[in-house]
Amino acid sequence: MTGQAIPLTALDLVLAALLLIINGGLSVWLNLGITKSLIIAAARMVVQLLLVGLILKYLFAVQSPWLTLGVVLIMIAFAGYEIMSRQDRKLTGLWSYGIGVSTMTFAAISVTVLALSTQLRPDPWWDARYAIPILGMILGNALTGISLGLNTLFNTVTRERWAVEAQIALGHPREVALRPFIRRALKTALMPTINSMAATGVVALPGMMTGQILAGADPVEAVKYQLLVMFLIGGATGIGAVTAIYAAVWRVTDTRHRLRLDRLQEVDQ
Amino acid sequence: MLSIRNLRAHLVQVNDLDLDAGDCIAVMGASGSGKSLMLRAVADLDPSEGEVSLDGRERMSMSGPSWRRQVMYVGPESGWWEDRVRAHFEDPDAVVGVLQRLGFKADTLNWPVSRLSTGERQRLAIARAFDRGPRVLLLDEPTGALDQEATALVEGVIHDFLMDDGIVLMATHAKEQARRLGVRTLTMKGGRLSA
Repeated sequence: MTGQAIPLTALDLVLAALLLIINGGLSVWLNLGITKSLIIAAARMVVQLLLVGLILKYLFAVQSPWLTLGVVLIMIAFAGYEIMSRQDRKLTGLWSYGIGVSTMTFAAISVTVLALSTQLRPDPWWDARYAIPILGMILGNALTGISLGLNTLFNTVTRERWAVEAQIALGHPREVALRPFIRRALKTALMPTINSMAATGVVALPGMMTGQILAGADPVEAVKYQLLVMFLIGGATGIGAVTAIYAAVWRVTDTRHRLRLDRLQEVDQ
Repeated sequence: MLSIRNLRAHLVQVNDLDLDAGDCIAVMGASGSGKSLMLRAVADLDPSEGEVSLDGRERMSMSGPSWRRQVMYVGPESGWWEDRVRAHFEDPDAVVGVLQRLGFKADTLNWPVSRLSTGERQRLAIARAFDRGPRVLLLDEPTGALDQEATALVEGVIHDFLMDDGIVLMATHAKEQARRLGVRTLTMKGGRLSA
């Protein structure tokens, strides 16, 4: 890294926070009814980020592989909960949670380990300063892809049940009968990643890169990191979405190639 | 010969039923008596227990899809998965004869599915089944959405299928239909068949 970040004082942040108060004033004045959620969201953000800052500082200082692993498991648990909360329908039992968490974990961990062992190579390889932020960005995107993919698959198969059943009754195997739905689910899952790759740098500078530049890094170095992260995200989202969707197809049909909508249930919102 | 022994599925039970080549049985009974569930169980579309075999070959000795290609269920609600009618047929050119007997022109293959009426969909679903060359047809209210003229066309095609040693097990509300086809009727009540 070249250069030095300009340190921020508490007063700097308070001044910036005043901007939110202008928003709050507007909300009251125009009767938008979002004042309360605005205050709660802002307060949550402040508390959560300060806590994360403290935890990361401690984590980087103690350099414990077990503690790092613990933080990784907590992140995965939250991401799994997040996948489930975005579903209109879920598989009965623990299948949706199981498929979502296992495929997301498999994709995110393998891609993170690949990055740590080949491109970044920190010492030790599990150094929390690298492992946690990289895994966090990959998990966040993989969970979006997986939850969009599963949601699209289950909704379209339910809505177009007769199109699937007609094919199965005519003797088509399940992978043929469900092919259009698998394709649609995969497309939906990968769309946010593709869109963000296409727009990045033209419409907006990615947050991670901006942060590095503000912290004093050379822009070209920051761009290289951003590219690495985008490739990792693209890879993990693809692996996660494909495995999750195929696992879900396998569960929503059976070995006799029947469609088993009895294994799906609506989620009360 | 289609043989059904001790078939037990959700809400239905069939102890003993045989249909020889060229046989047709019409199953009558109130809505909700289990006619559709029975046909779906025979086609292995819903999980069931018991033995069902075709010409001595048990269905569990083959895969679900290869069983259903021979013992084909045509439901009351026909599903379509492509935009054009043609894309739903495996051999569109060979099916023109059946289409004509069902009252369609060859040009129908080029129609978009969205343009079809309910009755046209029902007749095309039967044509689509013939296209796959099944040995047994399990017809669920095959003329439920049809007027008299179209019903006669469908009954004609079923009749020809039986003449060619096909086997038909059908659920119907119309007593006259069974009489017109000159076939045996059974009554379904509470998931059980009786003469």
